[in-house]
Amino acid sequence: MGSPRFSDFVSIRDFSKQEISFVLKKAKQMVPFASGEEKSNALEGKILGTLFYEPSTRTRLSFESAMLRLGGAVMGFSSPMGTSIEKGENLSDTIRVTETYADILVIRHPLEGAARLAADLSTKPVVNAGDGAGQHPTQTILDLFTMLESKEKLEGLNVVILGDLKFGRTVHSLSEALALFGANLTFVAPPSLELPKEVIAEIESKGCRPRYATALEDAVKDADVLYVTRIQKERFADATEYAKVAGSYRIDSKLLSKGKSTLSVMHPLPRISEIAPEVDSTSHSLYFKQAAYGIPVRMAILSMLLGVEF
Amino acid sequence: MIDHIETGAALSVLKILEVTGENIKSTVSVAMHVRSKKDEWKDIVKIEDRELYSDEVNRISLIAPRATINIIRDYNVAEKMKVELPSVVKGIVRCANPNCVTNSNEPVETSFLVVSQRPLTLKCHFCDRIQSSVEKYII
Repeated sequence: MGSPRFSDFVSIRDFSKQEISFVLKKAKQMVPFASGEEKSNALEGKILGTLFYEPSTRTRLSFESAMLRLGGAVMGFSSPMGTSIEKGENLSDTIRVTETYADILVIRHPLEGAARLAADLSTKPVVNAGDGAGQHPTQTILDLFTMLESKEKLEGLNVVILGDLKFGRTVHSLSEALALFGANLTFVAPPSLELPKEVIAEIESKGCRPRYATALEDAVKDADVLYVTRIQKERFADATEYAKVAGSYRIDSKLLSKGKSTLSVMHPLPRISEIAPEVDSTSHSLYFKQAAYGIPVRMAILSMLLGVEF
Repeated sequence: MIDHIETGAALSVLKILEVTGENIKSTVSVAMHVRSKKDEWKDIVKIEDRELYSDEVNRISLIAPRATINIIRDYNVAEKMKVELPSVVKGIVRCANPNCVTNSNEPVETSFLVVSQRPLTLKCHFCDRIQSSVEKYII
């Protein structure tokens, strides 16, 4: 298979299994560049525009690091404060203006579909870094990459996904991608935060028959990966609704002792209290490595979108 | 005359055509729950001296995908055409997702892929939301 050409990176649903596999392979090649072990100026002269309408630490900084380590430059904003958005400028105008300043745009926005709109308007490649409760495709690729690096396979992998399955955008894209690769999925969610019907339908259309568990102790028994997500306070309109479900689960050494010795815990971060700090130093913890893999994955995506071959 | 409207949808067709009963000078006839030749139930709307515009026909196709439009002159059917549901529905339906970018102040036309014709199911091009109760979202 030749190198696939991507014009934008908006939704994981836009890509075939072969295309995702190709990105994962590219990301593997980028690991020594991400760590600084090897140097490259492949993206010299290219400018990345980062348009972050919502807070971010890992996604924005890892995109910036990926661009800088490959010799490119970065400009943008990390919140709408201090920009024309505060004066009432709409997204469409911001895109039309900023695309003339940069070679590629990365956008995070609170509205679902914002990245698709940006991609439709922009002649430059657009990467979705999260649109409301919608998609976050580069997170999905880095989650797949982390599992592949750690477990050496995706097919047949037993993955338990826990937490806010309703609003968690990482969960929706990840579940669909894992289903595409033939992983076995088990979902555990507090009441009112279960996986939306559309996502279940999408997963089942890929031939996956997910399991739904209520007792976490039972779910982790045969799991290879426990993927934990945060209950997102910002997605609740009502503070009392948030209080009802917040803190309803906690991953600690006692729980992990019920699983396999090789069980790995992943989390897109930030975590609040859902993973006890005691887990950090155990062999189960994979979440910091997962965050670090954001760099090679985003290096691969940036270079592919900019049409730069390695 | 618009024939073969899904039973119960005649009043929605009138709403799409903005026929209120007060703003039209010609005769409007509505028949609801009528048995067709194929022994199925249907509604019929007949409006005299009224031309249908293409965007009205597109809107009607969303709630009455099997409808036929008969143009009657001198008591005879002069032209007969079926409404056709396009594969992409643009600008005539709002997205059911309140958090979709198309429901904000962006100057963007809504766009949906027709996932299924019966029951009518649309998928938003922007936010991927699947919606099947389309009638109340017609713009």
